[in-house]
Amino acid sequence: MTASLCSIYNGSSLPLADIPVVEPTPFLQGIIDTVERGWRIVSYFGLPDQSGLALICLLANEADGQLSVTRTATADDHFPSIAYLCTQAQMFEREIAEQYGLVFDNHPWFKPVRFHRAFLPGRDAWNRPADQAIRVGVMDFFQVTGDEVHEVAVGPVHAGIIEPGHFRFQCHGEEVFHLEISLGYQHRGIEAALIGGPQPRTQQVMETAAGDTTIGHGQAYCMVMETLAGIKVPPRAEVLRGIALELERLANHTGDLGAIAGDVGYLPTASFCGRIRGDFLNMTAVLCGSRFGRGFLTPGGTIFDLNSEQRDDLLKRLADARRDLTDAVELLWSSPSVMGRLEDTGRLTREQGLDLGLVGPAARACGIKRDVRNDYPFGIYRMTNLPVATAFHGDVYARTMVRWQEAQKSMDFIEEQLRQIPGGGHRVTSAPGKGLHLAVALTEGWRGEICHVAVTGESGRFARYKIVDPSFHNWPGLAMALRGQQISDFPLCNKSFNLSYCGFDL
Amino acid sequence: MTDIIIHCAVALLFPPLLLGVIGKTKAAFAGRVGAPYLQPYYDLIKLFRKGSVFSETTTWVFRAGPVITLSATLIAALLIPLGRHAAVISFSGDLILFAYLFGLSRFFTTIAALDTGSSFEGMGAAREVTFSCLAEPTLFFSLITLARMSRSLTLSNILTHPTPAIWLASGASMLLLVGALFITLLAENSRIPFDDPNTHLELTMIHEVMVLDHSGPAFGIILYGAALKLFVLGAVFVNIALPIATGNPLIDWAIFILAMLVLAVTIGTVESVMARLRLVRIPQLLVGATILSAFALMLVLR
Repeated sequence: MTASLCSIYNGSSLPLADIPVVEPTPFLQGIIDTVERGWRIVSYFGLPDQSGLALICLLANEADGQLSVTRTATADDHFPSIAYLCTQAQMFEREIAEQYGLVFDNHPWFKPVRFHRAFLPGRDAWNRPADQAIRVGVMDFFQVTGDEVHEVAVGPVHAGIIEPGHFRFQCHGEEVFHLEISLGYQHRGIEAALIGGPQPRTQQVMETAAGDTTIGHGQAYCMVMETLAGIKVPPRAEVLRGIALELERLANHTGDLGAIAGDVGYLPTASFCGRIRGDFLNMTAVLCGSRFGRGFLTPGGTIFDLNSEQRDDLLKRLADARRDLTDAVELLWSSPSVMGRLEDTGRLTREQGLDLGLVGPAARACGIKRDVRNDYPFGIYRMTNLPVATAFHGDVYARTMVRWQEAQKSMDFIEEQLRQIPGGGHRVTSAPGKGLHLAVALTEGWRGEICHVAVTGESGRFARYKIVDPSFHNWPGLAMALRGQQISDFPLCNKSFNLSYCGFDL
Repeated sequence: MTDIIIHCAVALLFPPLLLGVIGKTKAAFAGRVGAPYLQPYYDLIKLFRKGSVFSETTTWVFRAGPVITLSATLIAALLIPLGRHAAVISFSGDLILFAYLFGLSRFFTTIAALDTGSSFEGMGAAREVTFSCLAEPTLFFSLITLARMSRSLTLSNILTHPTPAIWLASGASMLLLVGALFITLLAENSRIPFDDPNTHLELTMIHEVMVLDHSGPAFGIILYGAALKLFVLGAVFVNIALPIATGNPLIDWAIFILAMLVLAVTIGTVESVMARLRLVRIPQLLVGATILSAFALMLVLR
């Protein structure tokens, strides 16, 4: 472990002054060295201060359950890129370049990420004219030329009712040589708007950072606010949060299993899962009145409590949904035509998964044991052990199977927790946050690791609030999974990742 | 005369009902109520009342595509015998015309798709012609086998030739033919496991992607033409698979209609219990069907 790294725990904060500012060279060397030793970049972002721009990097090592933070300062608007040596840094560097106009020298793929103006006025890493509006998706795409090579552009307007994203395929006949994904159409400026926060609406903003991960992002924000305020959440609230998070996972995994079946044209599972997903959403509505878990969480606990009738109702609904879901999903594994379609499609190796720093079911399907609930337990997961489901092959089949196994584990977890909800209150009053602190919160949303980092100014207001959605790590994984595949398999691969556009675009 | 009128009436009015029955069967397997049986008719009426949007980059080819496709399929519908009654139009060698009417309609569908200049439609056209190249020999081998059996080159004779006696005499050939023709029926009509008529994913489509740019009445014509094609190829299949003739014309018509509905339910069942094949696997199945029909021919030639 390099001396420049400063250890931190999930859901905790430390004074900003405790993080030593190291020179750029040892800072970058530290990142490269630790990544080589199996660490991973969780978050890497810019923080403007009096002297210029500071860069903060949060690194994680699952094997030892360690989290570390490191900091450097930039002198001018140029900085060396380490993307050549450390693939997972490439997207973060482009993001920093876009947000703060910092040019990363020798970056192999230096393109905008979300197509917006920098947070610091007047700075632009690509020297785009200030008087012209930046148009999303207008950039130089990678091109392949030659006989029988053709380009297929899909989106941002799609045939289905899905979010906008642009996909450029370089194809040779039906085979995909290269896929380039260009996003940014959903950019709402969440991070820029959070500077100077929290505001009364911040909880709601967080819950819609990625609309299908309300509890995942909502809880990460709550954890940040709680550690800054130095309050402890009552055990009953931790259990309720855990149940809500797992219900969210169940609803989305069920929807995904159905959508994967639908994409291969396998009707029964597709139709049944669509309905059962609704059953899980309705169970979330029993908790808080919203099918998507909106307005359930608040810093300090939960807004709603669960009475015993509601608990019995949930247990009954869960048993019914479990029976239906098992019937519907087992059909998949017993249909040879479905298996033939899922196996060996969109394969990622374990090495690729590690290099790209994948998270969530996509990483676990490659055999990478990576789960925040297990590695850096938070909330109720500190008290209970949730087994991590992994697979080996990294193909669509593996990603489907991991989802089903996780769904089963989540149902066991909810049932167990519902039967032993601790008594006591479900909410404590929050307090104003500490100033000049850095707080870290990681949660395992259904797509994977969600990371929120807050840096507060002297008054306790946010000087910077960085959100990393799991999709930010995983979109390059989808592009890599398509290499050498049939272009007709793209929708299936895409569905097996099911990444968020708005969670990426923020 | 009555038979000709019934023939035309059934060929013109009945086909969309097949799609309705397939849809209802699939819904039943999925545990849903499903759209009404007559939904395809409502859809067609809706489309014919709409306006059309034509891209400025397209030429007359794009507009001609649906019309020629439908006309070719309509003529094909007049060439085949329905319900054990001779076809409306019939001459020696009409089986060649029959096969190439489908070729003509496919040519105009693909060329209309290429006319749009869209990369999706180009991809769909490439897939369509590749797979139809492989499906065409099956149809020919089947027709040649039957022509050889009936010693005739007229579809009316060929397709009314199979009787229970023939089935008993050369059952192996007939079984191979039925198997091969059913696979061709599914492939030619873009059904699962070859294509998914319900998908919205352009990149996976074969047939549907070629008609993405058509709208309104033009799209209605395409949908109606697709239903008619399913009907025509289904009728060929039913003629061979169900060699029953009672002698009473009306009962024969009733048996034919019933058999077509059973066929629609069968297609719906296949679609419900199977996933789509990977695109690279489709040629293997089509070549398999060709081999089945080639064996059928060898068995009658021996």
